[in-house]
Amino acid sequence: MKLLGFLLLLAGWGIILTAVVLLSQTPARMAFVIAGLGVEALGFALVIRSHPIARGEEE
Amino acid sequence: MTFQPSLALPDTALAVCVLSIFLVPLACAGLVLINTGLGRSRSAAQMALSSLCVISIAAIAYFVCGFSWQGFEGLPAHTFTAAGKSWNWIAAEPFFLRGVQLNGSAPSLAIWLQMFSVGLAALIPLGTGADRWRLGASCASAALLAGCTYPLFAHWVWGGGWLAQLGSNFGLGRGFVDAGGSCSIQVVGGLTALSIAWIVGPRRGKYSPDGMPAAIPGHNAIYVIFGCLLALVGWTGLNCAGAILFGGVGAGQVVQVAVNTILSAGAAGLTAAAITHTRFGKPDASLVANGWIGGLVASSAACAFIVPAAAAAIGIVAGALVTFSVEWFELRLGVDDPGGAISAHAVAGIWGGLSVGLFAHFGDGVLKSHGGGNSGQFLAQLVGIATLLGFVLPLTYFLNWLLNRVYPQRVAVEGERQGLDLYELGAGAYPEFMTHSDEFTQRKI
Repeated sequence: MKLLGFLLLLAGWGIILTAVVLLSQTPARMAFVIAGLGVEALGFALVIRSHPIARGEEE
Repeated sequence: MTFQPSLALPDTALAVCVLSIFLVPLACAGLVLINTGLGRSRSAAQMALSSLCVISIAAIAYFVCGFSWQGFEGLPAHTFTAAGKSWNWIAAEPFFLRGVQLNGSAPSLAIWLQMFSVGLAALIPLGTGADRWRLGASCASAALLAGCTYPLFAHWVWGGGWLAQLGSNFGLGRGFVDAGGSCSIQVVGGLTALSIAWIVGPRRGKYSPDGMPAAIPGHNAIYVIFGCLLALVGWTGLNCAGAILFGGVGAGQVVQVAVNTILSAGAAGLTAAAITHTRFGKPDASLVANGWIGGLVASSAACAFIVPAAAAAIGIVAGALVTFSVEWFELRLGVDDPGGAISAHAVAGIWGGLSVGLFAHFGDGVLKSHGGGNSGQFLAQLVGIATLLGFVLPLTYFLNWLLNRVYPQRVAVEGERQGLDLYELGAGAYPEFMTHSDEFTQRKI
């Protein structure tokens, strides 16, 4: 899950770069940049879930 | 190497820039005091020594390869062509600062400033790893930051790299703008701190079996508050020098930069005080300190291009963001961050980067080579922030994960129980005081 999360972070960045390069209209660019940020947010959430809290360790 | 005439600063700007850079080490001193004060007393000496070592390692790593990869706008760089545009992705300077004349030119001043800035960035994760991060591991991690992740992103922003070119290549405002380093210094350091928090895990006794965090208060609020005051002086220097070297503003505008810096910090600190007073009945010193630092961090990116009212607004939002973010990371995400560094540097830094797109107004001659207008600036800032989250975070996590496989970063159980002062240094910071072990017993809630 951690690896998938980091891959999604990279994928979101890729979407944003592609949108900046390929699109010229500001609304379309903005829409794809926001979509890319959404993918990054999903990846971030997965990375967080892959690091469980170390609860109540034995002393 | 002889620098081009355009890389020479006017005499007044040179003098103001030199004076400003002299102040920057105080920002490092402030962070050292804050990190030390927010940690436990039995790890205080180790924290202070780690800070000294980390600053040294960062400066040396930057000297060895950092500047060769960061470079400066107008100096040689590696580029490739894609979609008909030239993408400047890394500088092409020799290692060990060979051939660089340290003569007061803009690149030489940038090298001097960056020696401190990279140390400041490397200090940020120390606050997060307090009480459990080994001295050797923190030094190795600082070398990775100063020699790899920091210069790479800094080149993209300050070295004429592809993020700075977003304006001229794709019509996105003046490209990604970050005059004082909200993103290039603070978010890079803050994301490294997040990686370290994930890799070393929380302190023993921090979370109960049902996941509730225990409060482990810092040991010296005076260090923390005095650190905030020192940080203000250092940040003022950092923002002024950054505005001249990377924001292209004149010497006279440092007054505006300094006024905006204190306004943002003050508004953020007061906002944090008001929020904690409303929620808990009394203001919380550590959260107010974190809010203050968050205000300084958020002010950096736009300080040279905004009016004072905007600086105050940026500070208010930063103070609120940091206060809620500290709780969010601790309660919801299970991230143990004793120094609040992730919230104060990464979260506030991202807000600082966004604030350029919302509030900045560029004068006619400012950053003209980066692009023509103000439209598209917010999009450029979003692209820069997405690069931090989508590229810098995975890269820094991978490098530190790799380091952890070779050289475990977390101290042994016995070291954490004993305190890092005795375990790693053999002597405590406060030898006249007794240390107590009852902090490790599980608290009943």
